[in-house]
Amino acid sequence: MLEETLILFRNIRNPDYDKSLKGYKKAGGLKALKQALEMQPDEIVQLTKDSGLRGRGGAGFPTGLKWSFMAKDTGKPTYLVCNADESEPGTCKDRELMLHDPHQFLEGMMISCLAIGCRHGYIYVRGEYWPSIKSLNAALQELYDDGILGKKLLGKGPKLDLTVHPGAGAYICGEETALLDSIEGKRGHPRVKPPFPAVSGFNACPTTVNNVETLTCLPFIVNEGAEAFKAFGPENNAGPHLISLSGHVNKPGVYEVRLDANLKDIIYDFGGGIPNGKQLKGVIPGGASSSVLTADEIDVTYSFDALAQAGTMMGSAAIMVFDEDTDVVKLLHRIVRFFSHESCGQCTPCREGTHWARMIIRDFLNGNGNEHKLKRLHRVGGNMMGTTVCALGDACGMPIQSFTTKFADEFRDVQALAA
Amino acid sequence: MLALDTQKEIAQLLSRYPIKRNALLPILHVVQKGNEGYLTPELLEEVAGICEVSQTHVEGVISFYTMYKLEKPGKFHLQVCTCVPCCLVGGEELLEHVEQQLDTHAGHTADDGVFSVEEVECLGACSYAPAVIINEDYHEQMNPEKLDRLMDELRTQGQAHA
Ligand SMILES: Cc1cc2nc3c(=O)[nH]c(=O)nc-3n(C[C@H](O)[C@H](O)[C@H](O)COP(=O)(O)O)c2cc1C
Ligand code: SF4
Ligand code: FES
Repeated sequence: MLEETLILFRNIRNPDYDKSLKGYKKAGGLKALKQALEMQPDEIVQLTKDSGLRGRGGAGFPTGLKWSFMAKDTGKPTYLVCNADESEPGTCKDRELMLHDPHQFLEGMMISCLAIGCRHGYIYVRGEYWPSIKSLNAALQELYDDGILGKKLLGKGPKLDLTVHPGAGAYICGEETALLDSIEGKRGHPRVKPPFPAVSGFNACPTTVNNVETLTCLPFIVNEGAEAFKAFGPENNAGPHLISLSGHVNKPGVYEVRLDANLKDIIYDFGGGIPNGKQLKGVIPGGASSSVLTADEIDVTYSFDALAQAGTMMGSAAIMVFDEDTDVVKLLHRIVRFFSHESCGQCTPCREGTHWARMIIRDFLNGNGNEHKLKRLHRVGGNMMGTTVCALGDACGMPIQSFTTKFADEFRDVQALAA
Repeated sequence: MLALDTQKEIAQLLSRYPIKRNALLPILHVVQKGNEGYLTPELLEEVAGICEVSQTHVEGVISFYTMYKLEKPGKFHLQVCTCVPCCLVGGEELLEHVEQQLDTHAGHTADDGVFSVEEVECLGACSYAPAVIINEDYHEQMNPEKLDRLMDELRTQGQAHA
């Protein structure tokens, strides 16, 4: 029986936990920040590199390495912007951290600001998350009142301010450069790279964008060391991580697991299996943009590398489960409708491709599909991959290509049924 | 003219950013909240002045994001999620139910002005689906009966205040 790992959720799973600053300190909080204040920024970066921490926002990029790319001595301020946009369908892990243990996340953010020399960090929270915004603002107020944030970090360090910035409803603002445009006060359009944010980010200053969960790993890494963090997963897949489990499972929820848990065990042990004694049909393993897995492909280690080997990805670790009665054509239509709604419209393959794909799937739903259209749908999916400014094109292409390959017969069945 | 409270909040927001334009999104939220949940051309002009951008810029921003409204919403604004995980566990049926109950369609305000409904993409509460936001609060693992009860309570409240 798979058991939950309790690192990031250590406090959250304690029913007596008091999430105020007082409660957080009592639970051992802020020790890591004090220690980080005694370290050189480069030492924190090196420690993070050694820990093997990879970004939890979707791309799995090594965090320490990302920090080391920050342009130095530019004479401009340096920024850390936390990505709390959490809008990849299926994902709802960051909000647990912000709602129920905001100080652990904020401690991680403060440590990360020290690492990259940031004096004013921003937390970009999706606009719908008012409860999280309130929780963070209350926690920040406590940190200011206690003299931890402000002119001198912890009363003796450098100046540090943190500000919560609400978004206003746009999935694309989760993409880090669109997020930067958005926080600058513009429409959220992904930028052409290079230059990367580490050279020219927020207001054209060197900037790092990191996910909430990524930053929340820092207190543990500073307290317990790089090796301790690495121990929670196979080589190159360090640390515990949070998964958001949803769809047709008996116990949907957010769980913390080691990076060597098996996907099947996650679904059956944590999720308690499929409701009403139904059979599993498939799993979308890493957010709406990941390639689908069929029921007989789920015996796989839930890590960055093992999922990549299985032809899909961990993405934001959102696992969506669907049972035998699910109409996959309708499901794919729903996914593609999402991407077509959220395309920012800058690139033709994405703007037109998401729309056309949606129209073709609708043809199938209306009984107007055929073998030719199935092939075309597959091709349209392929054409938006690798041809666009940001990864939204790929994000829509992957489900299209995997559904039309793995569930091709169901597209044909819909057709036969309608005929 | 913006209310004094709103002005104070705006000054506070401006102090947190290197340049005024950066505070545009949060300022629009504050102004919208202070005006029964929607923005008017006059308010946009005022915000443009505060953030030192053109009114066209503000209009472009408003149209890009889904949370800014140019029409007055109901006293209680419902956002019903029908994105993938919610859809798997009854999000679409829930939306249909609300539309029937209120005899209106998503994107509209019901006649009595108490409720307005909007169909939205993922709200980031997928493990607690189906999810509905009413004004600023999340309501999770919803079903038609639970939502009916909640809306009855709100209707009584709304009418008492009216
Ligand atoms: C279309 C799109 C949407 C994204 N949405 C999010 C999001 O909601 N939250 C997030 O943390 N990262 C999101 N990302 C990934 C970010 O661009 C970025 O890689 C990440 O925030 C970096 O943080 P990390 O290194 O800590 O993972 C998205 C990427 C793309 C292409
Ligand atoms: S891929 Fe789509 S969302 Fe990304 S920049 Fe191009 S049009 Fe915009
Ligand atoms: S799909 Fe409805 S909250 Fe995510």
